[in-house]
Amino acid sequence: MEKFIFAFIIGGLICVIGQLIMDILKITPAHTTCTLVVIGAILGGLGLYDPLVKIAGAGAFVPISSFGNTLVSGALIDAQETGFIGIFTGIFKVASSGISAAIIFGFIGALIFKPKG
Amino acid sequence: MSNMKKKKLTPIQLQYDELVKSIEPKRPILKNCIKAFFVGGIICTIGQGLQTIFITYFNFTEKTAVGPTLVVLIFVAALFTGLGIYDHLGQWAGAGTAVPITGFANSIASAAIEHKSEGYVLGVAGNMFRLAGAIIVYGVFSAFVVATIKITIKWLGAM
Amino acid sequence: MLKGHQSWIFNSKPTILGSAAVGGPFEGNGALADDFDIIHEDLWVGQDSFEKAEKVILEHACARAIEKSGIKKEDINFFISGDLMNQIISSSFTARTLGIPFLGIFGACSSSMEGLAMAAQLIESKSADYVIASASSHNAAAEKQYRYPTEYGGQKPPTAQWTVTGAGAVVVGTEGIGPKIISATIGRIVDMGISDPFNMGAAMAPAAVDTIEAHFRDLNIDASYYDLIATGDLGKVGHELAINLLKSHGIEIPSDKFTDCGLLIYKKDQPVFSGGSGCGCSATVTYGHFLNRMRRGELKRILIVATGALMSPISYQQKESIPCIAHAVSIEM
Repeated sequence: MEKFIFAFIIGGLICVIGQLIMDILKITPAHTTCTLVVIGAILGGLGLYDPLVKIAGAGAFVPISSFGNTLVSGALIDAQETGFIGIFTGIFKVASSGISAAIIFGFIGALIFKPKG
Repeated sequence: MSNMKKKKLTPIQLQYDELVKSIEPKRPILKNCIKAFFVGGIICTIGQGLQTIFITYFNFTEKTAVGPTLVVLIFVAALFTGLGIYDHLGQWAGAGTAVPITGFANSIASAAIEHKSEGYVLGVAGNMFRLAGAIIVYGVFSAFVVATIKITIKWLGAM
Repeated sequence: MLKGHQSWIFNSKPTILGSAAVGGPFEGNGALADDFDIIHEDLWVGQDSFEKAEKVILEHACARAIEKSGIKKEDINFFISGDLMNQIISSSFTARTLGIPFLGIFGACSSSMEGLAMAAQLIESKSADYVIASASSHNAAAEKQYRYPTEYGGQKPPTAQWTVTGAGAVVVGTEGIGPKIISATIGRIVDMGISDPFNMGAAMAPAAVDTIEAHFRDLNIDASYYDLIATGDLGKVGHELAINLLKSHGIEIPSDKFTDCGLLIYKKDQPVFSGGSGCGCSATVTYGHFLNRMRRGELKRILIVATGALMSPISYQQKESIPCIAHAVSIEM
């Protein structure tokens, strides 16, 4: 139960950060989400994002910032074993589910749907 | 190399800029934040519910359930995009729908659906990453930089 | 004839022989729905792309205007038209259908009055017997090209505007019964450094004021000459800015005389942010609503100041500001 409350609050707060970036800096959603991804990658590198996931669960792994963290984790896992080249082989390993799903369902969507305007 | 700094405004332009700022309706920042908090929170809570279902009924661990959870959320986002619901949700919730992985899925699905009229290769496939491409590029590149710095520090420490 | 620095007076009083306004579903639910000749309930107009739908809407507007004018299509000398699509394909493909010698123009949302001014000048200078002028826009096609895919969940700020799905067309001739085109003022580019494509009203207001000022100066008149002065699509924000700027330039226009097509076309409860915009906005409101009011005797002299924002997605991404223009045409009954 506790996990759900933390998920709601932390997830909501990350979205508020995004909203503030969008409204105060007056930048597009695309710029905002890119910023959050980079922040996620940096926090991941500093070892701060995984603890956040442990506490907040989906509140931390559903926002796009987790994508940055996931890419860093993947890179570091392979780099641990094979050195620098491991960054290249490992980056997408864990993040695969998100990108594959988006492409596949996006394409299926295009097969089935028409834009409503 | 083009000058990337914002063009300097003349005194008349600055004056007009002041006038515009005083007249234009301000973005309802507080209202937007409350809506974003609420909707973003709910989407993440749903994600938490999905993760719990995958762990309890499908023998996933906390770590391995993350992937399937995101897949389901992405499916729902793509479906809502196709049904024409997502854009209305997005206008209301702002970052509440854009920041979760659902926003990423929506940007890909909406671009794919929109450009169907240009065919499936150049239209759908060629335009799919119009908006989402930046996220992937910046995610990968920043991960590369961070990982490189981290293993360099480790390597220097081990010396 | 040239009057002043940038205006034309049409002594021969070219006549609007036929006019038509065609709109989409949103316009059909709007405040001026009754002034449209045709309302399409389907945003696709039965076509398989939004771009093709815009072309069909423009074709319908032209066909209807020609029909109402009583002039045969073969007798029309020139077709002047503009729209928002890349390479103005809506106009070019409509020109293909019409088969009339074609002058394509691009003035963004000022295309309607740019075309009308040129049509009147062709008639005045005896360079044509009949000219058809038109302009069109389509909400989904414009969003797809200039901003985001229509199903994208991006949040728009309150200063944004809603592109009208519509087309307006007029057939202009040397004489006949109908509203007369009396004068026109060609605008120059005005750029006040605004670079926010979600606040075009603010970008365009100075251009509208510049052209109104030039019009009054060249013709040596003031606002009291007209029953109504309407800008094309400044919207709520731009309209208020224009009122402010006019005041600071010493130009008084009574508030009941000064309006904006983008404010009139939709109802208050429609989610259109700051108001309507697009080539179709000034075209449909002028060629439908205003001309109808003139024919009913409600308006005798009007000045339409169509405003356009002349940037592209690339110029915006390269951090350029938005250069704007406004063209004014006066019509009398």
